[in-house]
Amino acid sequence: MTIKTVKDAINDALVQSFEEDKNVILMGEDIAGGKGREQYQGTQDAWGGPFGVTQGLYTKFGGERVRDTTIAEAGFFGAAIGAAMTGLRPIVELMYVDFAGVCFDQMMNQAAKVRYMFGGKQKVPMVVRTVVGAGFRAGSEHSQTLYSLYTHIPGLKVVAPYDAYDAKGLLLSSIKDDDPVIFMEHKRLYMTSCEVPDDLKPIPLGKGRIRREGSDVTIIAIQRMNLFAEEAADELEKINISCEIVDPRTYSPLDEELIFQSVKKTGKVIVVDESNPKCSLASEISSLISEKCFSDLKAAVIKITAPHTPVPFSPPMEDFYIPSTKKIIDAVKKLKDV
Amino acid sequence: MIEKEKINWIYKKIFTIRFFEERIKKIAKEKTVPGYLHTCIGSEAICVGVMAALNQDDWISSTYRNHGHAIAKGCELNEITSEIYGRKTGICKGRGGSMHISDFSKGMLGSFGIVAAGPAVVLGAALQEKINKSNKTCVSFFGDGAIHNGAFHEAAGLAKLWDIPMIFVCENNGYAEATATDWHLNTKELSDITKAYDMLSYIGDGNNVFKVYDISKKAINEAKQKNTPIFLEFKNYRFSGQYEGDTQLYQPQEEIDKAKQNDPIKLAKENSSKYGLNKNDLEKIINEAKEEVDKAFDFADTQPWPQPEDALEEVYVNYPVEINR
Ligand SMILES: Cc1ncc(C[n+]2csc(CCOP(=O)(O)OP(=O)(O)O)c2C)c(N)n1
Ligand SMILES: [Mg+2]
Repeated sequence: MTIKTVKDAINDALVQSFEEDKNVILMGEDIAGGKGREQYQGTQDAWGGPFGVTQGLYTKFGGERVRDTTIAEAGFFGAAIGAAMTGLRPIVELMYVDFAGVCFDQMMNQAAKVRYMFGGKQKVPMVVRTVVGAGFRAGSEHSQTLYSLYTHIPGLKVVAPYDAYDAKGLLLSSIKDDDPVIFMEHKRLYMTSCEVPDDLKPIPLGKGRIRREGSDVTIIAIQRMNLFAEEAADELEKINISCEIVDPRTYSPLDEELIFQSVKKTGKVIVVDESNPKCSLASEISSLISEKCFSDLKAAVIKITAPHTPVPFSPPMEDFYIPSTKKIIDAVKKLKDV
Repeated sequence: MIEKEKINWIYKKIFTIRFFEERIKKIAKEKTVPGYLHTCIGSEAICVGVMAALNQDDWISSTYRNHGHAIAKGCELNEITSEIYGRKTGICKGRGGSMHISDFSKGMLGSFGIVAAGPAVVLGAALQEKINKSNKTCVSFFGDGAIHNGAFHEAAGLAKLWDIPMIFVCENNGYAEATATDWHLNTKELSDITKAYDMLSYIGDGNNVFKVYDISKKAINEAKQKNTPIFLEFKNYRFSGQYEGDTQLYQPQEEIDKAKQNDPIKLAKENSSKYGLNKNDLEKIINEAKEEVDKAFDFADTQPWPQPEDALEEVYVNYPVEINR
C-alpha cells in the first residue's frame, strides 16, 4: 500500500499501460514540453502538461509514442480515431474540457459513430484525458465540467474519478476498453491522496461505489462533490443523521442498480453535481430515480447543482456557483424531517 | 513625421504596460490575486505600435495575454486592475478576471481564452463595417501557436474570399506555451502560411514600437485601399513564462540574455532622443507611468468584492433570472 495523489496515480496508470501494450500512445499539447530546445539541458519533459501529470513519459518512452502536438485539437483528435481504428490505443489530452468545442465533431460524429454507422465492424479504442472543474479561479473558459455534453452522445463512455484509487483503476480499464472513453480529471483533486495498492487491478467501467454506508438519506455525488458529501455526512453524523454516499464514478455506462438499491434503502435522495443544471447528470439521475423507484421515494429528489450561468471568476461569485457542504447539510435536514 | 503628441502617448503607454506587468509578476509571487495570470513582458511594442495606428473606436480582439492590448486600447487602468483582483468595480464586474479583460466601449470585442477564437470574431465585425459602409479598422491579435488552429484558417480564407480589409496581427514571440516556435512551424517564415490564401503579409520587428507603428499604419491604409485582408507578423520574445508560476525550464538562459539586447523598452529608451524626447521628458513620462500603475493597484486593493448572487446577472439580455438558480 502506498499513499498516492490523483496526479501520480494517473501517471502510474499511464506508465503501466505503456509498458503493458506497445500500441498505447499519447498525444497532446506540451504533454512533454520543451520541444525545439532538446539541445539544452533540463528542457526535456519541461512541462508534462499544465499540471505535470504526464511528466516523465517522454523521457521513458520517447517521442514516437509520446507526441507533443500543435494547437490543433481537431487534427490530433481525428488522428487518434484513425490510429485507434487501425490498431493503436491512442490517449489524447484535451488540456481543459472547455476546449471541447474545437474538437467536438471528432468525438460526436466520428469516434462515437464509427462502430454503429459502419455496421459494427470497426472499433475506436481511444481515450480522451481532460481536465474539468471550477474552484481554481480560472474563469469562464477554463472551469467547466461539461459531464453531460459527452454523456449525451451514444457511443462514448464517460468516466470521472474522485480519488487516486479510482483514478488509477479506472484509467487502466479505460485504456484497455475497446470504445472511445472520455476520462475526466478534476483540477482541484489532482493533489488529493489516498491509499493505492501497487498492484491495483483495473476497475470495470459502469460500476459505481458506495463511499459510505448509511440509512437515512442517499447522497449521489459526482466527482469532486464527494468531498462535500463526506464533509456533510461527518457533520450530520454528529446529530445522528446517517447518510449513504453513492459515487457512480462512470456516467456512461451508469451503475443504475447501485443507485436504485440505495434509494430503496433510504427513500430520500440528493444528487450533487458541480455542472450547470439543465440536461445535466443531476437531472438525468433524478429522472431515472423518479421513473424507476417512484414507489420507494418518500420525498422528491433534491438536486444541488451550479446555477444556469457560466463559471464566474471572482471568488465570492465562484464559491456561490459551486455546490457547498452547507447546501448539502441543509438539504439533508429538510429531507430528514419529511 | 510622427507628431509630438503621438510620441508622448507611445512612450507613456509602453512604460505603463511594462510597469503594470511587473506589478502583476509581483502580486503573482505574493499570491495576492487568485487565478491564472499571463503577462506580456516583451510584447509592449506590438501592443502600443499597432494601437498607435488605430482610433479609439476601431475594433480589436485579444487573448488571455491581454493586459497590454487593453492598456494600449485605452481601457481604464483602475478597472483593469480591479478586474484582476476580482472586484465588483472591475472592467467585467469581476466575472472575467485577468484572462478576459475587455471593454466594448473602448473597441475591444473581447479577450478570448480559447486559442484562435478571436480572428473569426473580428472578421464578423469587419463584415459589419463593410455592410454598413462604415470605415472602422478591425484587428485581431493572436500568437504564433494559434496559426495551427482551424478556426484561424477558416477566418483567413473567408476574409480573403469576401475582400474584407481586416488586419491579422500575429505576435511571434518564440513560444506557444512550452513549445518553441521554430519547432512548431512547418514553413520557413510563419507568415508563409498566408500563401495558401494569396493574402498579403508583412514581417516586422516587434521590439521596435516605431517600426510596428509604421508597418501597421501602412497595412491599414493598403488593406482599405485594396479591400483585402493583411497579415502582419511581428517577431519578439516572450520574456514571461506562459503564465506566472511557469518554471520556464525550456527557455535557455543564453536565449533570454540575447533577447534582452532587443528588449522593446530598452530600444524605446535608446530611440527617445531621435524622437525629440530629452532626458527630462523621458524621466517625466516614466515617473507618470509608474505613478499611475501604482495608483491603480492601490485602488484595486480597496475595491469591494461582488456579492455572491451577482453571479446570476447578465447571462442573457432577456431571461428570467429567478430560474437561473
Ligand atoms: C483551443 C485551445 N487549445 C489549447 C489552449 C491552451 N493554450 C493556452 S495558450 C496556449 C499557447 C498559445 O501560444 P501562442 O498562440 O503562441 O500565444 P502566446 O501565449 O505566445 O501569446 C495554449 C496551447 C487553449 N487556450 N485553447
Ligand atoms: Mg507565442
